Amino acid sequence: MLDALLEAFSTLLHAQHMGFLVVGVLLGLVVGIFPGLGGIVGLSLLIPFLHGMDPVSALAMLVGLVAVIPTSDTFTSVLMGIPGSSASQATVLDGFPLARKGEAARALGAAFSASLFGGLFGAVILTFFVLIARPVILFFTTAELFMLAVLGISMVGVLSGNSIWKGVASCGLGLVVGAIGGAPATGEERLVFGVDYLADGIPLVVVGLGIFALPEVVDLLRGAGAISRAHALGKGWLDGLRDMLRNRWLCLRCAGIGTLIGAIPGLGGSVVDWIAYGHVVQTAQDKSQFGSGDIRGVLAPESANNAKEGGGLIPTLLFGIPGSGSMAVFIGGLVLIGLEPSPRMLTAELHVTYTIVWSLALANVVGAGLCLFLSPAIARLTTIRYHLLAPFMLMVISFAAFQASRDIMDFVALVAIGLLGVGMKRFGWSRPAMLIGFVLADQIETYLYQAIQFHEWGMATRPGVLIIAAIIVVSIWLGARNRPTGEPAAEAPRRHARDLAPQLLFAGFAVGVFVIALADSLRHTLLAAVFPASAASVMLVAGLFVFWGIWRSAGEPTSYNEDAERPGIEGHETPERGIWYYLNWLLALLGMTALGGFFISLNLFFLAFLRREAKESWSRTVVLTVMADLVLMFLSWLMTLDLPEGLLQHAVPDLPWPLGPI
Amino acid sequence: MHRSIRHLFHGVAVTVAMVLAFPAFNAAAADLKGKTVTWTIPFSEGGGSGRWARFVEPFLRKHSGADVRLKFVPGGGSTKGANLYAKRAKANGRDLLGTSGSTQFPFLLGDKRVKYDYGAWRPLLAYATGGVAYISPKLGAKTAAELAARKPSLKYGSQGATSLDLVPLLAFEMLGLDVKAVFGMKGRSAGRKAFMTGETSIDYQTSAAYLSKVTPLVKEGSALPVMSWGALDDKGNLIRDPNFPDLPHFAEVYEQVHGKKPSGTWFDAWKAFFTAGFPAQKFVVVPKGTPDDVAKAYEGAFNKMLADPEYIANKDKKIGTYDQVTGAAAELKFKAATQVPAEARKWVRDWLTKKYNVVF
Repeated sequence: MLDALLEAFSTLLHAQHMGFLVVGVLLGLVVGIFPGLGGIVGLSLLIPFLHGMDPVSALAMLVGLVAVIPTSDTFTSVLMGIPGSSASQATVLDGFPLARKGEAARALGAAFSASLFGGLFGAVILTFFVLIARPVILFFTTAELFMLAVLGISMVGVLSGNSIWKGVASCGLGLVVGAIGGAPATGEERLVFGVDYLADGIPLVVVGLGIFALPEVVDLLRGAGAISRAHALGKGWLDGLRDMLRNRWLCLRCAGIGTLIGAIPGLGGSVVDWIAYGHVVQTAQDKSQFGSGDIRGVLAPESANNAKEGGGLIPTLLFGIPGSGSMAVFIGGLVLIGLEPSPRMLTAELHVTYTIVWSLALANVVGAGLCLFLSPAIARLTTIRYHLLAPFMLMVISFAAFQASRDIMDFVALVAIGLLGVGMKRFGWSRPAMLIGFVLADQIETYLYQAIQFHEWGMATRPGVLIIAAIIVVSIWLGARNRPTGEPAAEAPRRHARDLAPQLLFAGFAVGVFVIALADSLRHTLLAAVFPASAASVMLVAGLFVFWGIWRSAGEPTSYNEDAERPGIEGHETPERGIWYYLNWLLALLGMTALGGFFISLNLFFLAFLRREAKESWSRTVVLTVMADLVLMFLSWLMTLDLPEGLLQHAVPDLPWPLGPI
Repeated sequence: MHRSIRHLFHGVAVTVAMVLAFPAFNAAAADLKGKTVTWTIPFSEGGGSGRWARFVEPFLRKHSGADVRLKFVPGGGSTKGANLYAKRAKANGRDLLGTSGSTQFPFLLGDKRVKYDYGAWRPLLAYATGGVAYISPKLGAKTAAELAARKPSLKYGSQGATSLDLVPLLAFEMLGLDVKAVFGMKGRSAGRKAFMTGETSIDYQTSAAYLSKVTPLVKEGSALPVMSWGALDDKGNLIRDPNFPDLPHFAEVYEQVHGKKPSGTWFDAWKAFFTAGFPAQKFVVVPKGTPDDVAKAYEGAFNKMLADPEYIANKDKKIGTYDQVTGAAAELKFKAATQVPAEARKWVRDWLTKKYNVVF
């Protein structure tokens, strides 16, 4: 082991290796900053260049890229409220409120130093973990994976805001959306309604962007200012570093959680940040600030999500079992440079494994350092008038959603989930709970079905299952401890309403969703129906509870009564523009895309929006529109991606790119 | 050692063929130099087809001079991308499609999502693989025939009955094995992991994955190979897989178990799906109306690729040990992989419905 480690370090510190590592990091930074373009896109762009490179340099580049993506995706999560990738969805919860308070630089400083720390500590853990990895990984059968998914779901308790029933029902919405598509046990199509797109299920990117990013865009536009409410940005990044040091034990724990969960194939990277976030909320004494800008809510997911990449390497290298989508492409890259994943990576080729592990750590240092260096400048984006930024944000969000399955339906789904997100935000339904339900729906169902098939009732007595069950109990107990019951957080404006109609309508909608899911499940065979039917039944009860709770509140402030738009008694200000005003802009963008394709539609949108809403001069309007076009064309060209097409493109198939297909 | 000799032979043979054929190519082939060509891969970037296409693409670029761009269009288990290609591709050689077993299977089964027709395409290159079934040594059986005689209850982790797993599932059934398929596996690597944790006791992997990832298990005594699916000879007969000459192929095992060679509708069906899933797994195609000289130019470029020393040196490690073929050999495979007798198709559909509740 020591020999291998020494050999690894001597490779690592070679100038050439370092050089290519930095190239990989730079590319990863650029790709990672664009939300939605995570590791998969980055690696796919890199792979053509790997042909003919010597394996050592190629490997350094690959690893540099993989390492930095969960770091650089933090920028949009914190600054814009747009989850940069599935790895930093939880960062949005507290990172973005901090940015709105004008503490973007501090949040970024904390996030990047936590990333750096998480990455380094993850590498230390891995160095030893590699030696015992095989039995540990094989310990996690489908039964343990099911229990881990349940542990993930139990986090809903601490993420559900004021009303636990609303949290549960929010999670239920996620479970229902997650059940759309082929049933794992039988392949039957559920809740598809004859739409081919739905048969594959809605991609996570689309749900993440719709539920988090679009509601923020709408609210920011209505706020009619910049993202940062404060005028000065402050020199906060050093404060962020201090925050990290003050909470070093938290970061240590989260890095450990990230490494281990990352190393278990089958759970997927997208729950790691939620489990870390849930962990910090559970263990915190003072929970009042979470969700409105607690720095610990940034530190926990960020220290976990970088450590996760290192953990994910282990099953990838040892067994060729990719832990995530980007790891699948990473395997492709390894094979292209002549490295075949195999158990030999533990024995004869241990030095290669160590080289990769420590390259990852080094890339983390370089990447986080660069991000820290850049963050004061990039944080300035939050001081720009949002009406200027919004069209670009919408372009980036739409593009990111669209590249998920390269179907115009991605865009439709984005807007539909976005509408749901707007409603959930307004009425105090927990969006994180919804996302957790969505992410885990497939895993809970698949693993439970498989575990019962494999282990039958013996599953309940497996030691791993019992251990995780104990962790779940402790976790729920920790979460329930000094939970703020019924009373909204002290400083948050009382957002209860006198007029209950909109809330009741929304709760009624959720109940309707559960009824539809239940009805749909009855058309299927037992194995395909049992999960959606039982989830929908439980959720139906939760939904009715919420409905009843709102009804019974009779306009008085209770934990059920929440509506950000209909002020109750105090002088709560509502913005001049209603919610639907900007949603209509969004719907117009979608409608025009269905007619003339995305390129034409986006151009019209930019011109109209910048003139009418941002009140810009024609010259600036045109310059900004052309800039957007160039970015869009560059991305489309780079990824050989046809932009969403409308009726026009179907009628005239030979339109030149970018109006038509590339 | 013997592999490198095989390479040498292969290289020499292809070179000779190239030299003999060269004037013909030169006369007939159109020039692809500088043309922008879009090669649609109806999968996401991470899968086996992506790996294959990324390996082949630089050679195609080098030998054709065309500016080849890979376009990944995932969705519907590749039916979406293939449908889009069928609707859009022009017969001018600017549009290529890379199909795979997951594209062939729904077509053969008559899946309602399929709006493409292999009859409208012309193959330029065919890629082959094989598959090996292995069991847990704890079962006590040493061979497949022994396993069929003892009939222990087995579990198998599957991606779905209409996926490539159709081939093993049907083979298990016809050998009379007591196999319970547990679905919902995300890829063969998940199936392999379930085998490694001891949750399943029978599994299969395609040849490349078997060689790199199961061989170490065999060495340490935690897996035992019992049969390969086989390979096809020039005439389309089922023979032993050249990569696993010591393992009996499926038809041999069937004969050992039942005392007669497999035949009949079910075997026609098995063989069609086996062909489409393994020895003729992937094709590069163009629309049939593509001018002959353009198609010939591609064929020429692929032939040059097959003789390229760099290709020969790297191919085994990166896309597997089977030879890719062009021209008449590719045509032959294409026919075998995309045509299934009507009653054989009906038989498979009925079997899938009866056994696995598949609704067509």
